[in-house]
Amino acid sequence: MSPPRRRRLALYRLTGPAGPFAVAAGLAEGDWYRSPVPRTRLKELMRRSDGPALRDTALWVGLAVAAAAGGVALWGSWGALPCLLVYGVLYGSASDSRWHEMGHGTAFRTRWLDEAVYQVASFCMMREPTVWRWQHARHHSDTLVVGRDAEIVAMRPARLARILLNLVGLVDVPLALRLLVVHASGRLTAEERTFVPAEEARKVVRTSRIWLAIYLAVIGAAVASGSWIPVVLVGGPRLYGASLFVVYALTQHAGLGENVLDHRLNTRTVLMNPVHRFLYLNMNYHTEHHMFPLVPYHRLPALHEEVKGDLPAPYPSMWAAYRELVPAVLRQLRDPSHFVERALPPTAAPYHGPVEGLLPDRLMTEPVPA
Amino acid sequence: MTRWIEACAVDDVEREDVVAVVDGDRVYAVYRSEDDEFFATAGHCTHGRAPLCEGLVMDGVIECPRHNGRFDFRTGRALGAPVLVDLATYPVVVRDGRVHVDVDG
Repeated sequence: MSPPRRRRLALYRLTGPAGPFAVAAGLAEGDWYRSPVPRTRLKELMRRSDGPALRDTALWVGLAVAAAAGGVALWGSWGALPCLLVYGVLYGSASDSRWHEMGHGTAFRTRWLDEAVYQVASFCMMREPTVWRWQHARHHSDTLVVGRDAEIVAMRPARLARILLNLVGLVDVPLALRLLVVHASGRLTAEERTFVPAEEARKVVRTSRIWLAIYLAVIGAAVASGSWIPVVLVGGPRLYGASLFVVYALTQHAGLGENVLDHRLNTRTVLMNPVHRFLYLNMNYHTEHHMFPLVPYHRLPALHEEVKGDLPAPYPSMWAAYRELVPAVLRQLRDPSHFVERALPPTAAPYHGPVEGLLPDRLMTEPVPA
Repeated sequence: MTRWIEACAVDDVEREDVVAVVDGDRVYAVYRSEDDEFFATAGHCTHGRAPLCEGLVMDGVIECPRHNGRFDFRTGRALGAPVLVDLATYPVVVRDGRVHVDVDG
């Protein structure tokens, strides 16, 4: 990797100089644009209910249990493969959106149901629930703000090998296991300490020790039984079932604007079929979600209808989104200042705040902590 | 010490809703609960400073519009991450169809 490329990637660290620049420039906890929605209508859209999430959770768990049972029953034959593929996708990909929606606490009306599913989905995704709750709050405060947002998947330049390896969890999983040990030993990383309050650290340590015990028990069960089945059912799907979640996640922000204060510039809404929308819990309406995180996932299509005149046209399919984002990300390998700026419909308000949001050149020479 | 301000009319706040009330350079949130009681807190979330008047009022809880932080608006108590610091609360009386808040209370 060339020094300027390495240097630019280092700016994405939360402990580097781009964070203080963002704070000084008013990009941290910034004044984000929200499309106008009458308060009465917004209250209807924000209203909670348990029904849709109970249905979708029952379907998710029921299908996963059935697929796992099929995989175990047919173990040793080719018939196990499709069962385990389905199980893997439900565990290693669909858990991402469950982690997301339940983390916001909007999916159910009943709080403990949100929290229970959040804990399960966090475990499946190997995301420590307290750290990731705070990290995701930061992602909403400072979406794609360089040096502030730890959830930027495609940096400029993108780490393509990392993204491709993560299609089967080969970067995320070793990293998560290393962090599990770090957390279980009572520590948080320097970056995590920038967004997790000190009083929350105890929860991180406790959860990580429980998870570590579970994973050790799974490995112990595999060794004792002389079978891979325990690992294939617990932990393993985060590898072999992860690809769909990576495919979905890239559509959210890759190739769009950094250091802006208008989610229409840095977030995509992509129309998807009902199967994808079940697996992804309507996270494809991502611009709407970022503007109005209080609206539960099952009302995002209605919110989309409400605000679509103020947003760039949605992408009609994942294929359409990838036709745009792949060339943009590849071009950013050579030109990190490149990004896609979508046209707004005539009915929309103009873009709010900086549109280009480029980092000053001086950040490329200031020291970055190791 | 007390300093009462006339915050708004009763009808300015729907049931299970919140409005912002500005007094000088300070902003307060005035709530009307489902059972028709009025409450007042500081106007911004203690976490990300988002205006609570844009949040969701439900079951005695105000939910912040930016990060979904939740507070019991009757007591100001923060109900868990990402909000850890309680909201300031203020005494409220309703007289002659007007809501009064003791902003030094």
